[in-house]
Amino acid sequence: MTVALSGKGVAEEISKRFPGSVVSSDEMTIVVSCDKLFAVAEFLKTSDLTMDYLVNLTSVDYVDYFEVVYHLVSIKRNHSLTLKTRLYGREKPSVASVTPLWRGAELQEREVYDLMGITFEGHPNLKRLLLWEGYPGHPLRRDYL
Amino acid sequence: METTQLRTEPFVINLGPHHPSTHGVFRMRVVFDGEVVVDVEPMFGYLHRGIEKLAEGRTYTQIIPLTDRLDYLAAMSNNWGYVMAVEKLASVPVPERAEYLRIIVGEMMRISSHLLATGFLINELGAFFTPLMYMYREREKLLDLFDMLCGQRLTYNYMRVGGVSHDPPPEWWPAVKRFVQEMPSYIDDYENLITTNEIVLSRTKGVGVLSRELAINASASGPFLRASGIDWDLRRDDTYSIYNRFKFDIPIGTNGDVYDRYMCRVKEMRQSVRIIEQALQQVPKGEFRSNVPHLIRPPVGDVYGHIEAPRGELGFYLVSDNSIAPYRFHVRPSTMINLTTLRDLTIGWKLADLIVIFGSVDVVLGEIDR
Amino acid sequence: MIDIDNLKAAAQAGQTTFPPDWPGANPWLHALVYIVAIIAFTLIMILAFIYAERRGVARFQLRLGPNRAGPEGVLQAVADLVKLLLKEDIVPTLADKIVHLLAPVVATFPAMMIFAVVPLWGSGALLSDLDVGTLYVLAISSFGVLGVFMAGWASSNKYALISAMRGVAQMVSYEIPLVMALLSVVIMAGTLSLNGIVDNQDIPYLLLQPLAAVIYFLAMSAEVNRSPFDLLEAESEIIAGYHTEYSGMKFALFYVAEYGHAVAGMAIFATFFLSGWKGPVLPPILWLAIKMLIAFFISFWIRATLPRLRVDQLMGLGWKALLPLAVINVVITSIEVLFWPDGLTMWILVPVNFVIAAALVYIWSRTVSLRGGRVEIRTRTEIKTA
Repeated sequence: MTVALSGKGVAEEISKRFPGSVVSSDEMTIVVSCDKLFAVAEFLKTSDLTMDYLVNLTSVDYVDYFEVVYHLVSIKRNHSLTLKTRLYGREKPSVASVTPLWRGAELQEREVYDLMGITFEGHPNLKRLLLWEGYPGHPLRRDYL
Repeated sequence: METTQLRTEPFVINLGPHHPSTHGVFRMRVVFDGEVVVDVEPMFGYLHRGIEKLAEGRTYTQIIPLTDRLDYLAAMSNNWGYVMAVEKLASVPVPERAEYLRIIVGEMMRISSHLLATGFLINELGAFFTPLMYMYREREKLLDLFDMLCGQRLTYNYMRVGGVSHDPPPEWWPAVKRFVQEMPSYIDDYENLITTNEIVLSRTKGVGVLSRELAINASASGPFLRASGIDWDLRRDDTYSIYNRFKFDIPIGTNGDVYDRYMCRVKEMRQSVRIIEQALQQVPKGEFRSNVPHLIRPPVGDVYGHIEAPRGELGFYLVSDNSIAPYRFHVRPSTMINLTTLRDLTIGWKLADLIVIFGSVDVVLGEIDR
Repeated sequence: MIDIDNLKAAAQAGQTTFPPDWPGANPWLHALVYIVAIIAFTLIMILAFIYAERRGVARFQLRLGPNRAGPEGVLQAVADLVKLLLKEDIVPTLADKIVHLLAPVVATFPAMMIFAVVPLWGSGALLSDLDVGTLYVLAISSFGVLGVFMAGWASSNKYALISAMRGVAQMVSYEIPLVMALLSVVIMAGTLSLNGIVDNQDIPYLLLQPLAAVIYFLAMSAEVNRSPFDLLEAESEIIAGYHTEYSGMKFALFYVAEYGHAVAGMAIFATFFLSGWKGPVLPPILWLAIKMLIAFFISFWIRATLPRLRVDQLMGLGWKALLPLAVINVVITSIEVLFWPDGLTMWILVPVNFVIAAALVYIWSRTVSLRGGRVEIRTRTEIKTA
């Protein structure tokens, strides 16, 4: 059975490594600040926790901020964790891409860029995925329709 | 691209949205050097219907028919995954009989989906529909059983939050029992025709190999992942529903080539038959749906619920703000993520192999495009 | 063994059943009768083959096949033909118009031309008893490549072009095993004339030359683009291959041409290996038809069962397996013919040849493998979209 790691426990470890990165945490989730995201993700992958499998990458539009959600699982150790980050500012939200760490993020980040408008820096091929080039706007945003 | 004497130029072909074997409206822009594939770029979006946006304006029960149309060849699994996510979010209990019915119907769906996937894979090898027709004979029996159960053959809309929507009629149980008794001999029939066929072996062994590290790194799931030798199945490793009461094996491949994916699916069919047999013996009497209000208002929060659908890990991410419709509804499309490595799998192979490798990934465009 | 001089003398003395100028004094009447007979026979056999294939393959696939048009569906091909006649003829804008128009014609008539040297209902019942009948047959059957290539090239469609390239490669490389297989029969019969070959077949050459029969059957399937070598029209990959861009009557001609080639190939198989028109009770032309249908049954049985080969595996099979086997077969046949003691019955050769054939096939199946085939791609191509 996949054990959901305690968010608070992992948050303590991360705060020791990268001070000031954790914004909040609860039983299954940790929220990190968006500029430290890549470092924290790399730590989660390469450290003892071995989060080698990115299950899901998605984004939510809370009107004040965008939230990018990463669900991670370790196939080796059979535990899971949810990582979130918040992007403030609706004009050009952007965050580092985790494609160099987990290749499964490639198409999912393209989809988030397409439908929500969040740019991922460092993505090898950031183009629209489901809609065509030149489509006006980003449909999944709350202010689209 | 220069060879020693001739100067040849690669040419671009568009295996366009309309093609007999792209499993739906899927487009690949392929660069060939003669017959050898040099570059593949998949393009999809031709079936994008905006299901995630549509779900934001519908109540939780009204979304169930929308989930049917995601992976329309395994609609019960979609229903089940979504309904489980809502139950996790709103903490709704599910009665025992409903759990058993879900398992039986889910495993029947797995058999039906694998029959179709395998049949079309062999069809793309060129066997001119014969194995497909044989497999479709069994699939027709399954679809008739579903018809008897909920009135539908393709988009079932059978699961509800807190249970299932109908109790099966009394003549359903002996029909399922009869099906389960004769299915293993049919699977033996298919295997006799295909598994040791020299042409099938020479066209699928070693073709389109996905290495273990790339499979995990690229978030592959389902039989696609297990064929590469990774022992990860959500039914056992992240048990949901009552799968821990049944004994079944998880078939694992060795090389990660097309042949292993085919064998994984065939063996999974046998294991599904085993699960249904065990479930049929243990089904209790009782109610098939718990008492859930018509308009469900889950508490504020988010949840990620996933199941082992026939094509991979199908997940649903729901964010609720205590209203009757979800704030955000996201589908983790297993087949789209499986397609991440299409270029690595097919580079260096020929046009014929491209089609076969793509067929072995087993995509359904409804799930990719949503 | 074979007394060629006696045979010629007998023919000149008019002892073949149908002398060369039958039915009468005028050579034009002879030509007219046989031309009508050939065209009628070919067309009826094409219709019979289409019907047999559609019903037969359907039964293999647990379904019925066409059974509405006409009694038990025999007129289905006619119904299809009428429908195709009424369809619009669409030619792509960038297509080479003349070549596009001529390709179906070039594909169809070789099938009928082969029948000029096939004895139909008796010894001597052919349009012209060429002394070099086999050579004529092989030359005409090479024509089939031209129709395929013209169609693929003139269609200005990349799928058709791929199919045409595959077609040329496949058909050219399977010519040689085909020639070698027929060569061993010719060595054993002692004459190139098809009439002579049928006359000399007291024991069908299928029994005396099993390896040549198998090689010829496979090579002919490859020439005629039948499964498992039908990658010219591999529906799952290149849609319809070289006839993707054809519609209406031109497509009907390609359809007829495909089955016409199959008819011609099966007729040659029946003539060379199954002793042509010979047979007890029924009229001889019916025996020829029955033998062709039996050979065709095997062909569509294979079609309904086996997947198809990839193009490099097909070439590998032709060059690495069929060609050496055919050459070895010619050598063995020559040795047998040269050193066979006079007066010894030929029936002894039957088990000897079967054992040799089985041993050779076994050795080849262990040594030649068709697996693999990945090409290392080192550079990443930059393609600028035009």
